[in-house]
Amino acid sequence: MDIDTISRRKFLKLSGLTGVALTLGYYLPADAKEPKLITAFDAENRGIELNSWIYIDVSGKVTLYSHRAEMGQGVYQSIPQIIAEELHVDLDKVNIVFAPGDNVKYGNQITGGSSSIRGSYKNLLNLSATARVMLIKAASNKWNVSELECYAEDGHVIHKPSGKKLHYGELVLEASKLDIPKNVVLKKTSEYKLIRKPLQRQDTPLKTNGTAVFGIDKMIPGMLYAMVERNPRLRGKVKSFDATETLKIPGVKQVFVVRMGVFNTFREGVAVVADSVWAAMKGKKALKVDWDDTGFEHLDTEDIYRRMEEALQKDEGLSFVSKGDSNAIIKSAEKKIDVVYSTPYQSHSCMEPLNCIAHYQKDKIEIWGPIQAPDWVQDYISKELGIAREKVIVNMTFLGGGFGRKAFMDYPHEATMISKEINAPVQVIWSREDDATQGPYRPGVSYRCQGVVANSEISAFKVSIAGQNNSHWRGGAKDIPNRSATEGFLKPYVDNIQNLSIVDIPFETPIPTMWWRSVYASTNGFAYESFMDELAAESAKDPITFRRTYLKDERSSELLNKLEEVSGWKNRSKGYGVAITECFGSTVGQIVKVSKNAENKIQIDQVWAVIDCGWYVNPDIIKAQVEGSIVMALGAATIHEITFKDGKTVQNNFNTYKMPRITDIPPIEVYIMENDADAGGVGEPGLPPFAPALTNAIFDLTGKRIRKLPFELAKV
Amino acid sequence: MAIINLKINSKEYSIDVDPQMPLLWAIRDFVGLKGTKYGCGIAQCGACTVHLNGQPVRSCSLPVAAVANKNITTIEGLSDDNSHPVQKAWIEEQVPQCGYCQSGQIMAAAALLSKNASPNDADIDAAMQGHICRCGTYPRIKRAIKKASENKP
Repeated sequence: MDIDTISRRKFLKLSGLTGVALTLGYYLPADAKEPKLITAFDAENRGIELNSWIYIDVSGKVTLYSHRAEMGQGVYQSIPQIIAEELHVDLDKVNIVFAPGDNVKYGNQITGGSSSIRGSYKNLLNLSATARVMLIKAASNKWNVSELECYAEDGHVIHKPSGKKLHYGELVLEASKLDIPKNVVLKKTSEYKLIRKPLQRQDTPLKTNGTAVFGIDKMIPGMLYAMVERNPRLRGKVKSFDATETLKIPGVKQVFVVRMGVFNTFREGVAVVADSVWAAMKGKKALKVDWDDTGFEHLDTEDIYRRMEEALQKDEGLSFVSKGDSNAIIKSAEKKIDVVYSTPYQSHSCMEPLNCIAHYQKDKIEIWGPIQAPDWVQDYISKELGIAREKVIVNMTFLGGGFGRKAFMDYPHEATMISKEINAPVQVIWSREDDATQGPYRPGVSYRCQGVVANSEISAFKVSIAGQNNSHWRGGAKDIPNRSATEGFLKPYVDNIQNLSIVDIPFETPIPTMWWRSVYASTNGFAYESFMDELAAESAKDPITFRRTYLKDERSSELLNKLEEVSGWKNRSKGYGVAITECFGSTVGQIVKVSKNAENKIQIDQVWAVIDCGWYVNPDIIKAQVEGSIVMALGAATIHEITFKDGKTVQNNFNTYKMPRITDIPPIEVYIMENDADAGGVGEPGLPPFAPALTNAIFDLTGKRIRKLPFELAKV
Repeated sequence: MAIINLKINSKEYSIDVDPQMPLLWAIRDFVGLKGTKYGCGIAQCGACTVHLNGQPVRSCSLPVAAVANKNITTIEGLSDDNSHPVQKAWIEEQVPQCGYCQSGQIMAAAALLSKNASPNDADIDAAMQGHICRCGTYPRIKRAIKKASENKP
């Protein structure tokens, strides 16, 4: 048995795969910043664990271990599209498997920050092209011909002069022994056959016949079900409970107090374990719980926003951007604009309520669920339960929506604690009411915007921000400003406005907050781009012309040109509004047109969106993401908000936390800018510009400036 | 507990359950068809929609005893190979994102088209407004229903 065979066997055992294969992956050398390519053989010989990798077996099938979750954003399609392009295989030969949580092997696995593609595409292109070059080299060695006479097509290597042909599967053993070539040339954009094409998503058929397995659909042998009665006050504990009625329900097995982590605090509830979801639900309803609500404030929404307003008027805070001297200009100006914008708390409300399966075993924990950050869950559970990281196995399913909520550790932690208590596998399902009332929420934020216009230009621009900083929940330092204070604000604005001041005022409440699709940009964008519009109106300039003064760079100019062109901006009537925001590496501009309907109420006639996300994979997925972002933004701007009364969330289901419906949706057109700049995000950047574009359009039509979200279109 | 006989996708099932249990949980946990989803439990979102004698109903709010021996169709019964005109149109228009609400959306659209072969915008709005999609696939749902009505033999 030669050393290669031993290594391969060892590797295959480790990876859970069988048979001969070409396996190529990235690892991060201890002394380097950039990951390096390595084959499985080499990795094994050198004792290196592979990170993300592809695996080509003897049948020619390609398997990619994806370390990102599929939550609707289309990574299930776009990653195979990248691989198939440079590997020269059919798309249906590329199989994507969700890798379990392991940030040592795969690096940071969080599916968030619109990072699935922009964080990995360069490596994926290079990995696939390198594998192709190695397969060509293997064939040329076998045929004893020059590799220059060979090319790859459709999963085969072909010798041009003779027409000889071998499929990839026949070459993987030979190829796996080769040295990895350096400086592999990648295709030019113009040479792409799959990338940039609107190919259909491979997960669609699974989602139209009911076979896609979401977390809530997963079952493991011997599994029980649990529901948890949770304290409506978000931070409370259990004083006592009476389970007499609950235990009379057929199927109910056990009732006990369960504690789960909420960032660096804990929350208690009473778990009802049963042999069916329905029995657990009924049991939960029959419980009587006396809560301990001491130790934290019980706030009303009005208290929170009044305190924000007071903090903003005091004008003290942590400086995030300070250019020129906006304070002095504002102080001495004869005419200035000084206004407050405010945005509400929001719930993620994924259509799939939170749920998680945990199987606690003596020396091992296995978890299955709709999870955005499996590696974080692995780390957290390992620390909380004192079990080695590698003994915590976190498996991802399809996610029925994520939007930031499913990147949080509370629900896997809770499931694990329940499984530990009952010593059996359990699926914990949150009711819609639990999902709506327990947070964490997008923080509500208020902004004081002060500005001075002189000679039709901005002479001072100051924004002070009062809102909860999500990082404080995770132990972030409180004496430094929120590093996302300008998320959503275009970088060229920051560069080109001479007197600019952005101040973050630390603000805390007992309400847990968390990223919500497009995070701070979802609220910042409303304040910054509405205020920009106020300054444009003050200057008496066209809103796009006014912005051009500060957006002179090529990409911004082209995006503005495109917006003007597609919306007919230059020949517009009344009722048009524009807004442009930048976050997660992409810039999106939107124009909204409004008018008054027969009942003299505002209606949205049309939305035009232009996204510049640089290099991209699938235009149809991008359009879908921007359309969806606009719908989500429409809901958050005009339909729903989370409010609090006496420390409890008021809205508890879709009858009170109302969602946009098919009847609320205006026609939406989405355009993508064509360039080869570094890829930007797609899942989130389409959301922030909608609200300000809408309110700017309402101002254009009615002269009324809306500074508080949400507002009802019918009541403008 | 009581023995309830169910007829789902032309197959018969006999289950021993709480007669008040909503049909949704009978379908998911006792019959084992997981394509029908729990979304809100109060008939507000439509994720649990199935057909009862051809009519779209919210299975989360229908006691299982009330539908014994009646014809129930779930997403799995529409077709398992995506050959139903609505499923085909859903794929052509690339409607789903996360996909969680789509079983319910598709069942509602199929019921609409079985009664009205060429629905206009108002018909579509009326039939679909009980269904929430948090991913915001509404523009594509509208397009897909129109496409399905054109594709129909």
